[in-house]
Amino acid sequence: MARRRAPRWLSANLLLLPTGLWLALFLLVPLALVVQYSFATRDTGPLRVVLPWTAQAYRTALDPAFLPIFGRTLAYAALTTAACLLLGFPLAWFIARHGGRHRNALLAAVLVPFWASYLARIYAWKALLDGDGLVNRLLGLVGLGRDGGFLLTDGAVVLGLTYGFLPFMVLPLYVACERFDHRLVEASYDLGHGRVSTFFRVVLPGVRPGVLAGSLLVLVPAAGDFVTPRLLGGVDQSTFGSVIDDQFRGGNNWPLGSAMAVLLMALVVVVLVVRGRRGEDVL
Amino acid sequence: MSARPALNPGNDAAGARENAPRTRRGRGGRRPWALIAAVAVVFAFLYAPILWLALVSFNDSRTVSRFTGFSTRWYAELVVDERVRSALGLTLRLALSSAAVCTVVGTLAAFGLRRVFRGRGLWTVLLSLPLVVPEVVMGVSLLAFCVKLAGIPLGFGALLAAHVAFSLSFVVVVVRSRLAGMDLRLEEAAADLGAGPLTAFRTVTLPLVAPAVVAGAAFAFLLSFDDLVISSYLTGVGSTTLPVFIYGQASKRGVSPEIVALSTLMVAVSAALLLVGVAAVSWRARRAGRRAELALPN
Repeated sequence: MARRRAPRWLSANLLLLPTGLWLALFLLVPLALVVQYSFATRDTGPLRVVLPWTAQAYRTALDPAFLPIFGRTLAYAALTTAACLLLGFPLAWFIARHGGRHRNALLAAVLVPFWASYLARIYAWKALLDGDGLVNRLLGLVGLGRDGGFLLTDGAVVLGLTYGFLPFMVLPLYVACERFDHRLVEASYDLGHGRVSTFFRVVLPGVRPGVLAGSLLVLVPAAGDFVTPRLLGGVDQSTFGSVIDDQFRGGNNWPLGSAMAVLLMALVVVVLVVRGRRGEDVL
Repeated sequence: MSARPALNPGNDAAGARENAPRTRRGRGGRRPWALIAAVAVVFAFLYAPILWLALVSFNDSRTVSRFTGFSTRWYAELVVDERVRSALGLTLRLALSSAAVCTVVGTLAAFGLRRVFRGRGLWTVLLSLPLVVPEVVMGVSLLAFCVKLAGIPLGFGALLAAHVAFSLSFVVVVVRSRLAGMDLRLEEAAADLGAGPLTAFRTVTLPLVAPAVVAGAAFAFLLSFDDLVISSYLTGVGSTTLPVFIYGQASKRGVSPEIVALSTLMVAVSAALLLVGVAAVSWRARRAGRRAELALPN
């Protein structure tokens, strides 16, 4: 007996309906609201916005006064990405090439600290980098100590961000290294290339998709993060994320905060479009 | 150096893998010591802060920088701290509720995405959004939404709505990848043998995806349990989650042993759950795969 079945598109969309409703209500509508607020102006009284549809908030956001914060945010994100690449590549390469049957265990070992409460880890660094923290005392033994420790410095913020987002780099790099055909390296050696030349001419182009994917996965959250700059940095380390946070949390200036949130989203969209063009699926 | 042709496009992936042990020792037959050293340094970097947290949490002294003796007093103080207990209660209730909703809704979505249909690309884009929207943007937009548009009071309800919104995609990804690796013929075989759609689902499909659903639930729990940024905008008066509480204490008063002990506990819970998730996926997948092979030898 042939059973009558609902058409495929209908059953699929029905199954996806609850997800769609939830994300529409608690993700798309709120994001649209922020876009709307970014064209509003601040009204007197707390949490008030009026809607004359003006670009005032964007003019303020792009004011030269905020330029150093933009620059600093991008510099943090770029440095963090570079540091994650430097630390992540040996790790990914080692697990893919030499991990053998321990590959999954090694990957899990990379992931465990990542899943272990972000806040707790940043908190640990806060204590470690403090004036009488372990790092400063150890460095003091070799004469590299610093009065007051390393908190409130740019270096501390980049270190914290790198620590927080390293696994985002390792996973896609690992996938790329695993797919990379190692015989290409031998071919390169056989053809007379040295180690350095082989690395830059053969290995790096070969794992390029992983490098790109990992860089974007680190760059985006690093640019938006404000907890790390707050806990490890000071007033001079405020970032884009922390400015957005200030505007909303104090109830200070929601339109300005919204405009900055939209600009941050624009960065994400640019990054995604660039990535999408390379034919990679985000999900 | 190599007897085989250096480049042989005809060789398949298995050939490349076969090749791996021989290349393991590098060019001169040496172990890659420099690489091993670099990997050891990175692992030390990853684990040092966590080990330090655990060590200091058992320190007797109030200053976290000097170790004076072993003690569990900070844990004892946590247990009697009313604020910690209520924050922990809320965090656990929230994480359990969010994981439950995400598991049901996300598993349905994963099944919906199983076959090709018009509009699947659009759904994929929608589902990838929560993974790429910066947390701070998601947080402030939900704050504006709850306060100004929807009139949802800040607290448990608002937190649950947000946590499901940012965890859902992870459950879909995990369950979907398991479904993608599943043999459709198993269900067809069940149907051929006379099982109705519900019976086939219950006896064949569900046991096969169960490990992924368990892992998805564990990840959703963890995401909710650990979330700080988005939650920090949505906690109401008297309804604070544990990470928001820790953050408040950390930015107000700096490093205190109670907070170190609390952080250590959170790390322990997260690590335990991660292991449960990973074990569920690998063990059940292996077992289910073996059973499926027995039932359907090609």
